[in-house]
Amino acid sequence: MNTAASNDEINSLEKPGVDREEKRDKENFMFDSNQEVLSVSGLAKTYRSGSKPLTVLDDVRFSIKGGDTCAIVGPSGSGKTTLLGLCAGLDSPTSGSVTLCSHPFGSLSEDERAEVRNEHVGFVFQSFRLIPTLTAIENVMVPAELRGRHDVRDEAAALLKDVGLGDRYDHFPSQLSGGEQQRVALARAFINKPDILFADEPTGNLDSETGEHVVELLFRLNKEAGTTLVLVTHDLELANMTQRVIRLRGGKVVSDATGAGQSARQVDRIQENFVGV
Amino acid sequence: MKKWIWRFAARDTRGNRARLALFVASMVLGVAALVSINSFGDNLRGAIDEEAKTLLGADLSIESGSPFNERTEAVIDSLGGIQSRRTSFASMAYFPRTGDSRLVTVRGNEAGFPFYGSVETDPPEAASSYLQSGGALIDGTLMQQFGITVGDSMRIGNIAYQVEGRLLQTPRESAAVMLFSPRVYVPLARVDSALLALGSRADYEVYFRFEDDRDADAAIDPLRAELRDYRVGADTIEEERENWNEALTNLYRFLGLVGFTALLLGSLGVASSISVYVRQRVQTIAVLRVCGASIGSTVWVYVLQATAMGLFGALLGSGIGVGIQTMIPLILADFLPVDVAFRISWGAVLMGSGIGLGVTLLFALLPLLSLRDVSPLSALRSTVESGTRKRGPAWWATVAVIGLGTTGFAIAQAPTIGMGIGYAVGILVVFLALAGTARLLMWALVRRPPRGVSYTVKQGIANLHRPNNQTLTMTLALGLGTFLVTTMLISEHTLVNQITFAGAGESPNLIFYDIQPDQVEPVRATLEQEGLPIMSEVPIVTMRIHAVKGRTVASLREDSTARATWAHRREYRSTFRDQLTDSETLVAGEFDGAYSGQGSIPISIEQDVAAELEVETGDEIVWDIQGIQLASRVTSIREVDWRQMQTNFFVVFPDGSLDRAPARYVMMTRTNTEEASAAVQSAVVRSQPNVSSIDISLVLGVFDAIFSRIAFVARFMALFSILTGLIVLAGAVLISRFQRIEESVLLKTLGASRSTVLRIMSVEYLVLGVVASLTGIVLALAAGWSISRFVFDSALAIPAGPVLLIMATVVALTVVIGHLNSRGVYDRSALEVLRSEV
Repeated sequence: MNTAASNDEINSLEKPGVDREEKRDKENFMFDSNQEVLSVSGLAKTYRSGSKPLTVLDDVRFSIKGGDTCAIVGPSGSGKTTLLGLCAGLDSPTSGSVTLCSHPFGSLSEDERAEVRNEHVGFVFQSFRLIPTLTAIENVMVPAELRGRHDVRDEAAALLKDVGLGDRYDHFPSQLSGGEQQRVALARAFINKPDILFADEPTGNLDSETGEHVVELLFRLNKEAGTTLVLVTHDLELANMTQRVIRLRGGKVVSDATGAGQSARQVDRIQENFVGV
Repeated sequence: MKKWIWRFAARDTRGNRARLALFVASMVLGVAALVSINSFGDNLRGAIDEEAKTLLGADLSIESGSPFNERTEAVIDSLGGIQSRRTSFASMAYFPRTGDSRLVTVRGNEAGFPFYGSVETDPPEAASSYLQSGGALIDGTLMQQFGITVGDSMRIGNIAYQVEGRLLQTPRESAAVMLFSPRVYVPLARVDSALLALGSRADYEVYFRFEDDRDADAAIDPLRAELRDYRVGADTIEEERENWNEALTNLYRFLGLVGFTALLLGSLGVASSISVYVRQRVQTIAVLRVCGASIGSTVWVYVLQATAMGLFGALLGSGIGVGIQTMIPLILADFLPVDVAFRISWGAVLMGSGIGLGVTLLFALLPLLSLRDVSPLSALRSTVESGTRKRGPAWWATVAVIGLGTTGFAIAQAPTIGMGIGYAVGILVVFLALAGTARLLMWALVRRPPRGVSYTVKQGIANLHRPNNQTLTMTLALGLGTFLVTTMLISEHTLVNQITFAGAGESPNLIFYDIQPDQVEPVRATLEQEGLPIMSEVPIVTMRIHAVKGRTVASLREDSTARATWAHRREYRSTFRDQLTDSETLVAGEFDGAYSGQGSIPISIEQDVAAELEVETGDEIVWDIQGIQLASRVTSIREVDWRQMQTNFFVVFPDGSLDRAPARYVMMTRTNTEEASAAVQSAVVRSQPNVSSIDISLVLGVFDAIFSRIAFVARFMALFSILTGLIVLAGAVLISRFQRIEESVLLKTLGASRSTVLRIMSVEYLVLGVVASLTGIVLALAAGWSISRFVFDSALAIPAGPVLLIMATVVALTVVIGHLNSRGVYDRSALEVLRSEV
């Protein structure tokens, strides 16, 4: 990606259609680096496999502060996606607790957890998960409309332009390539200016070149919005781009490397290479 | 409701609208059936209200089964107004030119009647001219049958009439009634009085027209009780309107129930289609939940879609229903006493649409409720089971509402509460039995798949179990249609078979009756002259019950706490003989065949009548035989096989007990050809004009004509269900089209040729068609057996050829529709399919 294009994309956040007052309020409200955005304590998840219990997560505990970037890594079946689902309130733990943006999930109903997600969370999936009956721009608008906001079309258009899909507003997912679909998903994840972004193998379904492009966008948008990023991946290169790497094995945290210098450097390097900042 | 729900519900239908329209199509015909029948019913009621006066033809009628007594004549005089009398009776009409004779209903009319409306004849002027000229009017169908023309001569009794015209439409009679017994109109003054001699059956009527606008009901009501004592009835316009309204309302309501069956079947199709539709929406719903949508709002999205769909279907169905409504008067023409004009009944349209929408929504709700269980986790892992918990309290509550709603509607629609409940239970049993039998057959195929068969056969059978399969829906759709058609066919066949059987073999097929004692010898001689055997010669004495077990019928009828049934009121035609016949079996007591002349007369009584009269052996019954009372004691109770073609009686007296009572005789014989039958009837009617005859083959013909008309109406209504079944089938095949494309691509990738894929699909549809039609036929056999056992009281007769033909047709239709809807499946590019999102 060239630098000029990237600068345009950054500037687009200040373009018409974006409610600056709202953005400022949001920034004021956002969790800063001293506040815990996500707190996980004694988390366990057990499924029944036939007649036997199958423990997928066991006594997982960690917390993430506002603006941090964190990768959860581990081999297949280590519980990464389960952990992500629990952190986002998509599922309930067998024991332990998750507090997201000061909301303890344990005391919330399913609908209340959905409300918390709508207000604070952005999500990016491995297989994009765009709604096939909606156009690109309508897909981006969904979380904002769910919040009861209307006239978000310009805002969604700006985001799509920001991710390089300014000419694909009215295309349906089936008319977009995998990389384009994931970029729409990124725009959707940021429409509500979330406090925390969960990404599940965001490059897992993409070829390496497209994947790099998406990663660059992910990190740039994240940095610009000051969003906390939690991503699940088994791609160590991608993981090392975050400030912190939590390793899972057999459902347990086996290492939690925070503030790894090389990670920060790598982020800077990638941002220099791809974002031009 | 949040704005986004409306917006999203609309957007989410994109690319699915054609599919949603197909779901709707399955309930359109059900709504059309309801709207057309009920709108027609409203028109019919309106027509009857408007033409109530012409239905009776007068302001008031007074009727009796015997000549009016003095007191009744006094009442008739006191009522005043303009009066016109009519006497009706059954007799033989003989046509000298052709030599034909036929039992007809003779109506001896006076001038004046009908006071309202008219008798329609061809030529029109004959409607009144026959009264002056002393000629006759004859039912048009009868004239056609015997090739009678205007100007021909006809004899009834000893009187000859010239035929002046053909009867086209008469008051109080529909075309169907004419089939049972053709009408002949003659002037009352020219009726042969010998035909109305003591002991003859005739109906005596007086029609009134009041010019002073008096209320006929108010005038006759105070006299009813007294008239009833003389067995005289009275009828007013209001009563006539109510009678017709009740009879015809029952008819169209019954047809409405048949239409409702189509709606229920269509709704099952809707439920099944939506079930698959929402399963394909699980990912979308999961994403919405991840993005923060509440459970309720995601369910609302699809409830809104179902509502829009139901509304569209209801409106479309109403439109089609209004169109079909124009055809119904043609279909029911034979059963209608009035012309029914076409008007759209908005009440019926609203009701039909409302019921259509309501039923669609309720059935759609069953699968939609499972959306509450879609986990947002499904967006992360497609393997997460979502929407598997289907049968929570809300699901059961919906099922209860459907059950209660269906029963409630059936009760409101059916002629009686019992029929309504019977219908609801029946439909439940049929649906459950169809589903159960289909599952059983499928289970058997899975558990014991045919051995040694080719891969294509195995794969075709296995396809019926694919995920999201529509096998059960398709079986229900096809099975119900097969069931309806086969049940009707078996019932018709059983009934025809019963009568054919009764008239076959060596049993009598020609009956002469109303033979007076002095005519027995001449009639016997005529039969012998024609070379025919006298197979039975039975005396008949008409009588009524005066008292049972010491209580008179009159006192029973006055006592509101006592039970006076049809068995107490009816006129009995009894016989006397010294032994039982083949069709009789004793169930209690001893048959006493001789009377010594001392004490009460020992009688034998049929078991159903005994039950109605609540009498047992030893109880006393006093009979009234034309004013003379005769005491009898029940000494035996018999079971009678009424199907046997011979004279059967409720009450049998012993020899020597009724010797002096006025008796008429019945003689039975057997002819082997129609010509022989016609010849002997003509010979008898020429020499003994008052003697009537019935040819069993004619009865069969009449029965066949009547039944085929009823069957035609029933088939017309069943057509809605059958067409609905085919639409549901087409929809179900289309729903699983994507899966079939995937399977086809996979097979193609593995090296299967086009013909292999086509053969696999053929096996799938073939097995489906066979299982569904077999299920329908098995159930139809059960239903046919029940109908023959409990309604016709006869043995089940299965028309094997036609049943097999139905099965072959259903199987062929299934295969054809299946292939038509699977066109192009093989031609889809593998890459395109593998890349596309499900």
